[in-house]
Amino acid sequence: MRFIFKTDYDQDIRLAKHGGHVFWYGLLCLLLVAAPVLLSEYLLAQLTFILIYGIVGLGLMLLAGFTGLFSIGHAAFLGVGAYTQAVFTGMGVPFPVALALAGLLSAAVGVVVGLPALRVKGIYLGIATLSFGFIVEEVFARWESVTGGNAGKSVGQVNIFGWVADSGTSFYFVCLVVTVICTLACINLLRSATGRAFVAIRDSEISAQSMGIHLAYYKTLSFALSAALAGIGGALYAHQIRFLSPDQFNIIQSIDLLLMVVIGGLGSIHGAFLGAIFLIGLPQAISAVKDFLPEAIAQAPGLKAVIYGAVLIGFVLFEPMGLYGRWLKIRTYLQLFPFYRKGMFKRQKSFQKSDRLK
Amino acid sequence: MQLLQLLISGVAQGCIYGLIALGFVLIYKATETVSFAQGELMMLGAFGGLVCMTVLGFPFWLSVLSAIAAMAVFGIALERLVIRPILGQPAFSIVMLTIGIGYMARGLVTMIPVIGTETHTLMVPYKDMIWKIGGNEMGIGAVVINIEQLVVIGCTALLCALLYVMFRYSKLGIAMQASSQNQLAAYYMGIPVKTLNGLVWGLAAAVAAIAGLLLAPITFIHANMGFIGLKAFPAAVVGGFGSLPGAIVGGLIIGVVESLSGFYLPEGFKDIAAYVVVLIMLMVMPNGLFGEKLRKKV
Repeated sequence: MRFIFKTDYDQDIRLAKHGGHVFWYGLLCLLLVAAPVLLSEYLLAQLTFILIYGIVGLGLMLLAGFTGLFSIGHAAFLGVGAYTQAVFTGMGVPFPVALALAGLLSAAVGVVVGLPALRVKGIYLGIATLSFGFIVEEVFARWESVTGGNAGKSVGQVNIFGWVADSGTSFYFVCLVVTVICTLACINLLRSATGRAFVAIRDSEISAQSMGIHLAYYKTLSFALSAALAGIGGALYAHQIRFLSPDQFNIIQSIDLLLMVVIGGLGSIHGAFLGAIFLIGLPQAISAVKDFLPEAIAQAPGLKAVIYGAVLIGFVLFEPMGLYGRWLKIRTYLQLFPFYRKGMFKRQKSFQKSDRLK
Repeated sequence: MQLLQLLISGVAQGCIYGLIALGFVLIYKATETVSFAQGELMMLGAFGGLVCMTVLGFPFWLSVLSAIAAMAVFGIALERLVIRPILGQPAFSIVMLTIGIGYMARGLVTMIPVIGTETHTLMVPYKDMIWKIGGNEMGIGAVVINIEQLVVIGCTALLCALLYVMFRYSKLGIAMQASSQNQLAAYYMGIPVKTLNGLVWGLAAAVAAIAGLLLAPITFIHANMGFIGLKAFPAAVVGGFGSLPGAIVGGLIIGVVESLSGFYLPEGFKDIAAYVVVLIMLMVMPNGLFGEKLRKKV
């Protein structure tokens, strides 16, 4: 059992709470830096995808997990970032500038989506964001002069003031740097007053208002930041896949992002990355297991959808805290052994007060 | 004349949206959960009718009735097995659950070797029939009305009338209304609320199956039919989420707007017309046309 003996207020707000954190996260960083040496080219590409989806997941986690605003159209921001990056790289703008512009433009679109969202709650917000997702996808398809329409648009390589990231390894390092910066930014945001305001809005809007939190400002800020992160992820996504078309950013992509965040564990930074690992890792696992399945099941086109759906249903029914929640339970069991009790993480059935007029 | 054809096809499409939205609203009124699986239930109903007609060889009317009955049973089973354990969780969990159910249903259907992966036609007795009004003997200048669309409109009207009679005059309907207005009071009055919730899900699934069977001659049966259900959400929102007539009216509005915008507005507006309407509606009248006023108690 580990006892954290606090002697200092700083310990409460430090990033690494104790030596164990420093050790394990340091080991993770070492492994990530050494990954090009340890992994094959294909696995390195998958790891790059995990990092990219992790950034997008951070954005959606910020919006859905920490502010409680559920957006079923998040792929739209991914697309805005991706197309912005494609257009500006095509015009010769250096990579960091284009990345910043992609983030800013996505944030602007996020504000445009977020402003009407202030008036609507719950499922209406979901439907509003769903509608925005469809509208933005159609705009991508129709605005042919900029986005190339349904014929698609090819994307140049990462060009940082002359140094071109032309190999898998160099692009992986670019993604790694951006991911680390975004993750640290998010963790710091959540430690700050803004982050606490977001969590307050999630837990109870009326209480947050009573405590003086300006709802409109913080909700719009949440949308903007979440969209900016999705835009940055989208920009890297554009460079990774090198060819964009509007149907990559449709409702299925949005639902996949939501799936990633829910399975990873709502309300945690780890959840975004665990969900990304799940999203990218499951198709690999399926194709690895395919050889052992009977022919009829293995070749069926719907196998991936069935497994995704089944896993999502399983997680919602049995493990609502997601993968990170399961890890927390295991870790608590190991930390408190043999004093772990079954009901420690029991979820409360909160029969919410009906929204309708009684 | 062109306008009449557009209106009729818009109203027919709107009736389909309205039927799916009716399913949403029924479930929302009874259990305050939003079900994203209605589109997939519609697809399953259509495939059920197809299977009954081709594989089992039933005549048309028997296969329609058995498809509807089978979907009703499926809806009741779904509620009992999957939804009931998590009632009381945050609304988002239930939404994700129904999204997962839809995902899985779509995947399962495409896994069935021959039937799932192709597009099929449903052999309805009124297939490809048209009705010409006016025009000269050669048929030039006539208004051509598709009987399939008229059947959709007629069936929807009939179904709405039946549902109205059921909810107003039958004990079951009144009990459903009671449990959806105030569950605790319904429990006190001896209404079996959990059983009724299951029956409401069964009813919603049956309505979705009817919508699927009506839609089948128009858009053919394939595994991605369920995406039409996504347009039914704007219909439910426009009508107001707690109102049954609002669902139908909302569906009609969305259908007519879509049909007219496909003809009069530039290319590409047809697909997003429904979503633009819902965004305008959310800004102007967030509770929809017939919706109840929402008020949050702390």
